[in-house]
Amino acid sequence: MPEALLTLDGVHTHIGPYHILHGVDLEVPAGGVAMLLGRNGAGKTTTLRTIMGLWKASAGTIRFHGRDIAGLDTPAIAKLGIAFVPEDMGIFTDLTVQENMMLAARSGAPDRPRLNWICDLFPPLRTFWHSPAGTLSGGQKQMLSVARAIIEPRALILIDEPTKGLAPAIIKAMTAALRQLKETDTTILLVEQNFSMARALGDTVAVMDDGRIIHEGDMADLSADAGLQERLMGLSLEAHQ
Amino acid sequence: MSDERIRPRFDELSFSQRLGEHAPLLLAPVLAVLGLIAIGDPTTWLTLTVAGLAMGLMIFIMASGLTIVFGLMDVINFGHGAFVAVGAFVGVTVLSLLSGWTGTPDIVMNISAILLAILAAMIATGAMGWLFERVIVMPVYGFHLKQILVTMGGLIVTEQLIHVIWGPDALHIARPETLQGSVIVFGAAIEKYRILAVAVGLALFFAMRHVLRKTRIGLLVRAGVENGEMVEALGYRIKALFLWVFVAGSALAGLGGVMWGLYQETITAQMGSEIMVLVFVVVIIGGLGSVEGCFIGALLVGLLANYAAFLAPKVALVSTIALMVAVLMWRPQGLYPVVKAK
Amino acid sequence: MLVRIISGDMPRSRLLSLIVLVIGFSLLFAPFLFPGIKSLDTAARIAIFIVLVASYDLLLGYTGIVSFAHTMFYGIGAYGTALALDAWGPSFWAMGLGTLLGALVAAVLALLIGLFSLRVRAIFFAMVTLAIASAFAVLVSQMSAFTGGEDGLTYRIPRELTPAFRLMTDKILDVSINGRLLAYYLIFFCALVLFLVLLRIVNSPFGTTLKAVRDNSFRAEAIGYRVIWYRTGATVLSAVVAALAGSLLAIWLRYTGPATTLSMEIMINILLMVVIGGMGTMYGAVVGATIFILAQTYLQDLMGIASKATDGIPLLSELIAPERWLLWLGVLFILSVYFFPTGIVGRLRGEVK
Repeated sequence: MPEALLTLDGVHTHIGPYHILHGVDLEVPAGGVAMLLGRNGAGKTTTLRTIMGLWKASAGTIRFHGRDIAGLDTPAIAKLGIAFVPEDMGIFTDLTVQENMMLAARSGAPDRPRLNWICDLFPPLRTFWHSPAGTLSGGQKQMLSVARAIIEPRALILIDEPTKGLAPAIIKAMTAALRQLKETDTTILLVEQNFSMARALGDTVAVMDDGRIIHEGDMADLSADAGLQERLMGLSLEAHQ
Repeated sequence: MSDERIRPRFDELSFSQRLGEHAPLLLAPVLAVLGLIAIGDPTTWLTLTVAGLAMGLMIFIMASGLTIVFGLMDVINFGHGAFVAVGAFVGVTVLSLLSGWTGTPDIVMNISAILLAILAAMIATGAMGWLFERVIVMPVYGFHLKQILVTMGGLIVTEQLIHVIWGPDALHIARPETLQGSVIVFGAAIEKYRILAVAVGLALFFAMRHVLRKTRIGLLVRAGVENGEMVEALGYRIKALFLWVFVAGSALAGLGGVMWGLYQETITAQMGSEIMVLVFVVVIIGGLGSVEGCFIGALLVGLLANYAAFLAPKVALVSTIALMVAVLMWRPQGLYPVVKAK
Repeated sequence: MLVRIISGDMPRSRLLSLIVLVIGFSLLFAPFLFPGIKSLDTAARIAIFIVLVASYDLLLGYTGIVSFAHTMFYGIGAYGTALALDAWGPSFWAMGLGTLLGALVAAVLALLIGLFSLRVRAIFFAMVTLAIASAFAVLVSQMSAFTGGEDGLTYRIPRELTPAFRLMTDKILDVSINGRLLAYYLIFFCALVLFLVLLRIVNSPFGTTLKAVRDNSFRAEAIGYRVIWYRTGATVLSAVVAALAGSLLAIWLRYTGPATTLSMEIMINILLMVVIGGMGTMYGAVVGATIFILAQTYLQDLMGIASKATDGIPLLSELIAPERWLLWLGVLFILSVYFFPTGIVGRLRGEVK
């Protein structure tokens, strides 16, 4: 197994009086797509936000490239090469598509060929380049959010439920784009509820419940093992109802 | 993948919706026309309108910093008025030191003296803003109640320090030679200083618009107003950005203080807290955090206050409150509610 | 019995109990303990301010709302009584009716402001009340035909409450039992009753809900409380009590003007008293108002002496001049917001936040 790019070790997170993560251990290998699955409220979003430093871990270590980043603030973590696509997409609606992209490119002007590549991945961005991002549809906003995260090469991208509330055609487009992204040298940690998308994209998978990782392994194994799926997902479903 | 299906739906906006969106822009002209009808005499109206614009733009200078600071960090600075007063006192001190420049009827010398006074005031209040943010505001991020209390405390302390430094009495200041008196335009007497105030205010508004729309810093500020967390996740330190916005806002308050002091020709330590009432009304009318709203609100307040002072002097200040109530009935968040992600 | 009177809200600190008792007894026997016009005046002002500050704490401490209109309501009460006495002559019914009308106007105005501006965000309320209160102050000073303008109103109060009225010819403990003494006790007992009513309110289910709203308005709303009604209710109650305190002041001073009731300075004093005494506890108002007014009355003299003594040192003598006492209070205020937000009372109770 290649050396892990990101390692969470016994991470606890408190939000106000609530104890959300109860010791998360997670390894994200370099390259490829790591899926993070689990029912609503299992702690997936909190895990991503804790990695990003938006919530502070109250205990445990988060190592990125071998370096503990748990104590760093969000901008410092971002500058190490981690990008974040939040669940609410975090689009600046008041700014145009172009301005959103410009801000995401920290070094200044974005690289032309890369920009073209991104616009080929997400053609609507080119169409609405000068429109305020607030006028985009939900799917286009999601594309912009992902595009923003990859405007410059980043080592790791955290994506939180990119298919939430989107129409099937757009989910298909998004899956295709992420698959192309996978071909580049980028590692993706992807939170998803949509199992078919997870199956299509994931290399490794971790399943969360109640603030802990309850299963870690290869996506292919989980896809093949209906019993395991039943046990993990069924458990989730049960807990859900 | 079918490109057709991911196209956005552009719902046709109805005429009234489109009118509603741009309605705030029409308010100031509408008010001016109503003023003309109520006042009747066009030359009086012109005098009052210029006076109103001058007053409104000076308030805008003071209010703009406050509203951006609020938009960006959700910090409301009740001590903002202290910067206005300090700016006025520093500016007046510089002007009195330059009495040789202000006393001659040479417009270049006069304007240079004012510019120097403004520069000194802005440096002083900017530095004070830096101190204020680090010492007073930073420990209470996220707690509105404490923010109001400590910034109020900062206001009290600053006003008292003005007394300690400049003495307990009001200071009088004469405008520079060439800015005294009026010019006659279309038969209406227009104070020269008001023309300067309008020019400075408009220049500032367009400069600010340019910075907010065309520069990276400006885009970051606007992005930060909407979603500060995402700005941080993109790798920018919003607290550093905020510090500089706070400093800039304080410096603008100092600029406003000099302008307002020269306008009133009398300055007191309490002038800041007095003008803050109008500043708050303007910020509320415009929508907390919105520079455009603040601009329109300031023009409305300035015009209305001057028309009302002419038509019914006793209710001049009450008229601006009535305006605030009316605007809030129409749009409870102000003219341009600022989009907040959370 | 005593516990019931104070609604079961014990001071919860031996030293605090002692201080509150000392203040209470000192005020009760003030005419006999501290003879002299100035000290009786100070005692009356302490009693009035305890009520005023306690009513403000109902908003600030218990509801988490910052209002800058409290002096407006205080002034409405004072002007209500003053205008009635001025217009209808010095009778008790004029005094009572004026007081009642003042409280009613305050209640209606508070209701309107509350419903209007508490709906959006709590921070609006601070700004809106600041604007409205200063507009009100300007309005009062401009309508001079009606309110006496900046000069205010001087009027007569019922003869039974003036020094000219002798209840008995003999003196008790060398204190003449006259109408002034009656006036003092009228103020004192009214203030006591109002304070106990406030104590009852904050310890009632309504008060408990207010605190829940203050701590987490979303949750309170989710549980099913109409947050706006609770906030507005607190605003109205506090306005009514403030107006009544204003009426007491009008009766005591026999004068009502903008400087004694509506000025921003008094508003700031109230803020200082609440925060230094301790937000969110009624006893904080007792301690804060007493210390503040004693300091205002006597500390300034002390600073005057110190300032004279340091006359040679330019900046220092300026800094400790008696007029500059607000500077030091401001510093104390900021420090207390940071370092002991629960104020003196919180410190005495050993609360750590």
